[in-house]
Amino acid sequence: MTVPTQIPRPKKIYHPWMLLIPPIIFISIFLLYPLVQILLLSIVKEGRLTNEYYHRFFTGDVYMRVLLLTFKISIIVTLITLVLGYPVAYTMTICSKRTLALIMICIMIPFWTSLLVRTYAWMVLLRTQGVINQILLHTGLIHKPLQLLYNDTGVIIGMTHVLLPYMILSLYSVMQGIDRNLLAAAQNLGANRFIAFWQIYFPLSVQGISSGSILVFIMGIGYFITPSLLGGQKNTMIAQLIQTQVSSLLNWGFGSAIAFVLLAITMLMLFISKKFLHVEKIW
Amino acid sequence: MAEANIKLVEVSKAYKEKYVVKDVSMTIDEGDFLTILGPSGAGKTTVLKMIAGFIEPTDGNIFLGKKDISRVPTHKRNIGMLFQNYALFPHMTVQGNIAFPLSVRKYSVEEKETAIREILERVKLNGYENRYPRELSGGQQQRVGLARALVFNPPVLLLDEPMAALDKQLRKHMQLEIKQLHNELGLTTISVTHDQEEALTMATKVCVMHEGKVAQVASPQEIYEKPKNVFVAKFIGEANILPGIVLQQNKDIISVRLQNGPLLEITENEHVYYEQEEVAVVIRPEKFRLVPKSWTGFKINGVIKQIVYVGEALKLSISTVFREDMNVKIFTTSAVSVKEGDSVTLGADPQDMVLIKNHSDRKELDT
Repeated sequence: MTVPTQIPRPKKIYHPWMLLIPPIIFISIFLLYPLVQILLLSIVKEGRLTNEYYHRFFTGDVYMRVLLLTFKISIIVTLITLVLGYPVAYTMTICSKRTLALIMICIMIPFWTSLLVRTYAWMVLLRTQGVINQILLHTGLIHKPLQLLYNDTGVIIGMTHVLLPYMILSLYSVMQGIDRNLLAAAQNLGANRFIAFWQIYFPLSVQGISSGSILVFIMGIGYFITPSLLGGQKNTMIAQLIQTQVSSLLNWGFGSAIAFVLLAITMLMLFISKKFLHVEKIW
Repeated sequence: MAEANIKLVEVSKAYKEKYVVKDVSMTIDEGDFLTILGPSGAGKTTVLKMIAGFIEPTDGNIFLGKKDISRVPTHKRNIGMLFQNYALFPHMTVQGNIAFPLSVRKYSVEEKETAIREILERVKLNGYENRYPRELSGGQQQRVGLARALVFNPPVLLLDEPMAALDKQLRKHMQLEIKQLHNELGLTTISVTHDQEEALTMATKVCVMHEGKVAQVASPQEIYEKPKNVFVAKFIGEANILPGIVLQQNKDIISVRLQNGPLLEITENEHVYYEQEEVAVVIRPEKFRLVPKSWTGFKINGVIKQIVYVGEALKLSISTVFREDMNVKIFTTSAVSVKEGDSVTLGADPQDMVLIKNHSDRKELDT
């Protein structure tokens, strides 16, 4: 009886996970290490553990007001981007390929333009002598210029513009997966367009609404450049608070504590979304 | 129940001046099971969508009973439809899906419960009320689709390629089940398919469509045995098509001379042919017989090129003067022994051949 000779397999020296080593090293050095440093700055004072910074943040009226205002502005921006973005994303799922390409370009152009340039462009448009006020004055709709800049309105307008594409793309990615036949089926079964939309299409698009909203909200609460250029003199958003603490007041410990509160809120939002909304399917 | 016969009168649909459906007229009587059959692009789905109301005809009218429904919006037509991929609402349970047409019709809670229970029993899905569509097999999903389309007692049921998403085993099973359901309910049904076997199995009436037009509407048997034109003959089953010229007609016996071939006689009593009329003779593979050389009727000599054993029959490809590959089917019960390369003589009886008046079909003979 002959035993078939075993052909020796070449020894495996590469594992697929080895591809992950470079990014892991990169993230460890440039993200995890600084984060740990910031955490340490926020809980260590003069060589001893302390909760002083966190205590100050949560008991200080001013800081809580800033936190709430940050939430308020982010929620408003989220709602506006949702209301503006939903019809756009819907149109993208039913329009011709050419129109879709055009809309896509319009969405992507802001990404390719410097944030600073865009923000300054808004300042030109929104200021008292700006285009918008001039037009409104000329048409007689208003009699004195509206204050659109250096207040919450300016921040909301600017942030809506910056974050709208994220909302549209989140909605679109879900909506394009909704079978249009379902609407036809609903109508065939006796539902008019309105019922077909609200009972069939809308519930199926909720996943896009939640993922888009969480994305815009999380990006919103950490926003810095737009609020600091379009916002008022006072600190309006939490990111500006951190910046003031660190670069103006050189209070690294307190600044780090605020940064960590922001991070914690963000992580909490992601956790909630992962737990209840199955966002990972979309991202 | 409302009147349940459907009538299409010269219905056409054009996109940018290009007709996908042209002058389609047909009547589907109450209780009929009509299958629209055709290759892809024949316009069959467009016809179905016009009946359902998803597409508005460019010209013509569609009647449900005496009512012209051509311009009635979909949701007011009250026509049940099973979609190709069933189009079940993924965020609703079986119960929710089936309740949907009842809810929009404002049924009371009790009415809904009774109707859902009855229909689930009929499609043998009781116990599955709280499952979601993604938790069901293909066959079960189709049953839910059917239940949803039938629960509101529509006078007409439409089926869009109902078997396309099922595997072959299940397909056969569901075909018979739907046919049985149709018999029980006596529901006027219109189905669309490109699968001729499905059409012949399920339908009481078959409509063959070709390039946006109706090629023939008839019972499955008539479609197979008396195709009206070359397209239908070739599309339904296999057919040997031989061009020829009519020599004379003597009552129901027509003499035809085949191109570069013998004279043959065909029995037919439906059409009147004039002398020298160009015709096509259709002979189904199973209508041929192997006959002795001394056979006195219509015969063709040839050589067997290929034999394929398909269980109940042998499929022979025979090289003859008319066609390089004459298809012949010999049932294995007839105990003939043949082998490739044998010279054989094929015979067919006058009543087993079909004559097609084919002035317009010339180009199809060449293909």
